[in-house]
Amino acid sequence: MDAMISLTLNGEPMRLDLDPDMPLLWALRDHLGLTGTRYGCGEGECGACTVHLDGQPVHSCTLPLRAAAGRSVTTIEGLSPDGRHPLQLAWIVEEVPQCGYCQSGQLMSAAALLAAHPQPTPEQIDAAMSGVLCRCGSYARIRRAIQRAANPEVHND
Amino acid sequence: MTDRGSGPRLNRRALLKLGLLAGGGLVLGIDAADATEGPDAAVATGFAPGAWLRLHTDGRIVLMLARSEMGQGVTSTLPMLVAEELEVGLDQLDLEPAPVASDYVNRLLGEQATGCSTSVREAWAPLREAGAVARTLLVRAAAARWGVAAEDCRARRGAVHHPDGETRLDYAALAEAAARLPLPERVTLKPPAQWQLIGTPQHRLDTPDKVVGAARYGLDVRLPGMLYASVARCPLRGARVSAWRADAARALPGVVAVLAVRHGIAVVARDTWSLLRGRAALEVDCDPVADPAADQARMEARLRSRLDARGAALAESRGDALGELARAEQVLEADYSLPFLAHVCMEPMNCTAEVSAERCVIHVPTQAQQRALATARRITGLAPERIEVRTTLLGGGFGRRVEQDFVADAVELAQRLGQPVQVVWTRADDFAHDHYRPLTCHRLRATLGEDGLPRAWYHRIVGPSVLARLAPEAVSDGLDPALVEGATALPYALPARRIEYRRADLPVSVGLWRGGARAHNVYVVESFLDELAATAGRDPLALRLALLEDRPRARAVLERVAALAGWSQPLAPGHGRGIALATGYGSLVAQVVEVAPRAEGGGLRVARVWCVVDCGLAVDPDGVRAQMEGGIAFGLSAALGERISFAAGRVEQRRLADYRLLRFDEMPEVEVELVEAAATPGGVGDLGPLPLAPALAAAIAAAGGERQRALPLRLA
Ligand code: FES
Ligand code: FES
Repeated sequence: MDAMISLTLNGEPMRLDLDPDMPLLWALRDHLGLTGTRYGCGEGECGACTVHLDGQPVHSCTLPLRAAAGRSVTTIEGLSPDGRHPLQLAWIVEEVPQCGYCQSGQLMSAAALLAAHPQPTPEQIDAAMSGVLCRCGSYARIRRAIQRAANPEVHND
Repeated sequence: MTDRGSGPRLNRRALLKLGLLAGGGLVLGIDAADATEGPDAAVATGFAPGAWLRLHTDGRIVLMLARSEMGQGVTSTLPMLVAEELEVGLDQLDLEPAPVASDYVNRLLGEQATGCSTSVREAWAPLREAGAVARTLLVRAAAARWGVAAEDCRARRGAVHHPDGETRLDYAALAEAAARLPLPERVTLKPPAQWQLIGTPQHRLDTPDKVVGAARYGLDVRLPGMLYASVARCPLRGARVSAWRADAARALPGVVAVLAVRHGIAVVARDTWSLLRGRAALEVDCDPVADPAADQARMEARLRSRLDARGAALAESRGDALGELARAEQVLEADYSLPFLAHVCMEPMNCTAEVSAERCVIHVPTQAQQRALATARRITGLAPERIEVRTTLLGGGFGRRVEQDFVADAVELAQRLGQPVQVVWTRADDFAHDHYRPLTCHRLRATLGEDGLPRAWYHRIVGPSVLARLAPEAVSDGLDPALVEGATALPYALPARRIEYRRADLPVSVGLWRGGARAHNVYVVESFLDELAATAGRDPLALRLALLEDRPRARAVLERVAALAGWSQPLAPGHGRGIALATGYGSLVAQVVEVAPRAEGGGLRVARVWCVVDCGLAVDPDGVRAQMEGGIAFGLSAALGERISFAAGRVEQRRLADYRLLRFDEMPEVEVELVEAAATPGGVGDLGPLPLAPALAAAIAAAGGERQRALPLRLA
């Protein structure tokens, strides 16, 4: 049917025989078995579906597959090889998640922030994180976990 | 720490069931429903319904998790209770979601369900006793094998240790022999000084999966041959779908079927993307309702008109409040109102079902397993033992997942199509067809005595009944007990008081929402107290303390939160502070909110929140803190931005952008402190949001803003 889409997903090159208009979110969740990226609204308003496209945080629910062609996509499953990204470790130490549903989006947004600003200011944290809703209200812990990951020498427990 | 046989007689002995697992091993059940259960020792086969704890001969120790994990932490707190007494580490317990069985009924709710901050309170005694009984049996089995006294053996980390200090037997090797012993007459629970888990912050067992995307919610269920479906319901309240055009939807690749179902028109597709496109292409007409009753102004007027209508159900009465009010020279009066609210769980509603002529399996993020089974039974006609409910993780609950609409969609479609079906609600469906927190109106009247304290107190609550739909047997004589929670049984000494409920149903479905009506009534009662203090010229903290002379726990949380917040210190100009108290679920919480002028653009911002919680014994203190921090965010979100409204029979909010939820950059600095003033745990999940709205309203007034009597509050 459609032209194959080539992209790199979590470090692996692949070719997908899917509708190029299909949002990346649904390709990941329904066709590639990567359900860690969440559906919260499908309209670019909650951030639960955040992934990295060439290192930049994007809403996968509004990103057609064709826009990912030839580019590199990282999902929560590929954030680190062993689940030990400094943010993932900080998330565990600070016990950030409650229901956990928003947390893939939170972590991917925070990871893009730290990649761009290893020592983010409070304003930079606000700007990077205010697009991801958490209905359980884990915001205070998210902030602490980002600061912990950014300053490992201050928090060495 | 060993069983000395001198402890209190097991008050639930008749409720414990001991059995031998098929293939060896021990199974221990707690029968919550029937105290006249048959013989203690029965060989359980296969499925072992009613089992709470299984010790397998291969070393696996399995705890059946009978409560739903929706963020509140039951996947950690309930295992802690068992592990403490069983003498195993949390890492040595496997969890399995419990099926539906009478043994898993939540005795505080009267059904197998999760909510109303009951989980830890309800499990506190039986789960610790189950662990203690199993440990006692294992120790006895080891002692018998060694020919030593059980008192001289010790259980630790999944093994019984010989008095010689060297020899040990793992539970796995003892499970079968233990299962053949008679149930102990008495067990001794560990004294608090010996607790190693309870009361110590634990790392939640569900966190590691949640940070790598491996946690499985309802929407992550994937079954061979599974189709995706979604039901377009009539958006008009009280109307039905009258016509529909599906040609465009059917023509889309990936769309498998479009069919009429009980609650609307279903689109069925091979993946979610095709499904969403099919839904968008489907055209649905509703019977026009000439005069749609679901109109915001009309519904609000209807409630207001009942504020002084004759006839209301009496919820609580003491002294002659009406007489005192009638005789008083000065009566203070204020009306308050609260809007409809949506739940907005971040995981949209969903359910996956497999139905054949013999069997129905439902995979669902639900708070109400027993209701899910009943829903499947009603639709399929299958006997209960042929229906299985498998509970997934919940991406939020807040009362929405007690409802059955999404379960009904999935079971009906799976049966009709003969294939597994995952029903997905869109965010727009979720807004349009929620069972909202009810719109309510309140009238408060009071007199002040010469001491400046309220004497006569009158509170009328007007709103639609929640339980009339969800638990009709609980509503009698016009009184819905769920609407008066938090207005009755106040901790304050109010010598003459009268609390009434006037039912006024509306053409909108209302349901349970985090905190229930306690969230309404705490806002109203605490706000009115703040107004009374202002009128009497008293400090709002001092006024409360004067009304709480016999309530040391309430005084303690108020005094402590005031100290933390520097209540007696003067504030910078333009700042304001408010205080409020809430009680419920066996717990108490007090909060102080401080507002400050915005740096630019005028108006106020929420600068800081201090919170002191007394939940009795905190099983996992960090979990309690998390519930308070999250609860404050939840309460602030509702107090500041959330509102559902209706126009011409429809919900006006269609997407997240229309419904203002609290975002990261609006989260104030929060300080939480725990005081533990009781030996047993109280509930916390619903508690945290309660004082936030009244404390914030009071802070805005203290900062020189107007006295606001309707939610959401304005900061500008
Ligand atoms: S699902 Fe993509 S922003 Fe909500
Ligand atoms: S942890 Fe539940 S939505 Fe964020």
